[in-house]
Amino acid sequence: MASSDTYRIDVPASTQQLSVVRDFVTNHARTYGFGESDIEEIRLAVDEAMTNVIKHAYQYDESKTVYVTLGKNKTEFWVAIQDSGEAFDIEKYQEPDVSERIKQRKKGGVGVFLIRKLMDKVEYSRKNSHNEIRMTKNL
Amino acid sequence: MSSFNVQIRHEQEIQILELYGELDAHTAPDLEERIKKLIDEEKYFIIVNFTSLDYISSAGLGVFMAYIEDVRTLGGDIKLTNMKPSVYNVFDLLGFPTLYDILDDEKQAAQRFKSEFDK
Repeated sequence: MASSDTYRIDVPASTQQLSVVRDFVTNHARTYGFGESDIEEIRLAVDEAMTNVIKHAYQYDESKTVYVTLGKNKTEFWVAIQDSGEAFDIEKYQEPDVSERIKQRKKGGVGVFLIRKLMDKVEYSRKNSHNEIRMTKNL
Repeated sequence: MSSFNVQIRHEQEIQILELYGELDAHTAPDLEERIKKLIDEEKYFIIVNFTSLDYISSAGLGVFMAYIEDVRTLGGDIKLTNMKPSVYNVFDLLGFPTLYDILDDEKQAAQRFKSEFDK
């Protein structure tokens, strides 16, 4: 397998597909030699990113598609999730105060915070009406 | 599709929820329904046993975030037990151990409730 190989799956924007994408990413991460705790972190980060796409970019419209691509080079493993929905403005993002959110009975809003904690690098971009979040873990 | 199941039993006034499988944005609404139903039935002393829960995302944690204040305001609590390290790690990353009672097992949680009843 060439180190520049990339793999992709396209799935409907449905929460039913979260486990499919988790399995896809977990299986590849495992072949790249990551230990269990790194695999758990990658799996969770990807789940959080895809959940945000389904919820915010597509607002639960299951007719839309989520594009998941992954690959690695000599030093890094990366997963990119693309969508054609509403853009996420990372500039406006504020780190959540979990204790305050609990007081307000909020059901979450901590996904981006987790992704940033779990991965080594997180990049957002928008090109040709597609949003991309690219998450990288060092090998 | 993620598999998830909740089993509920009770020991005196304490409700014990056992979680099985994977808790994500797809399955979290199932748990939310169960907890809402307990609150509607005025059952506010809740232990959630995570022994058989293999995975949790923030959508799962969100259920606990949304209802803990209500349950505590009504004089009860939701205590969490028996987490696998991978599941505990997610709670820990978000600072939950200072906000929730996370205990080793049901016995500890039941004792904690009893000492609170005695106050």
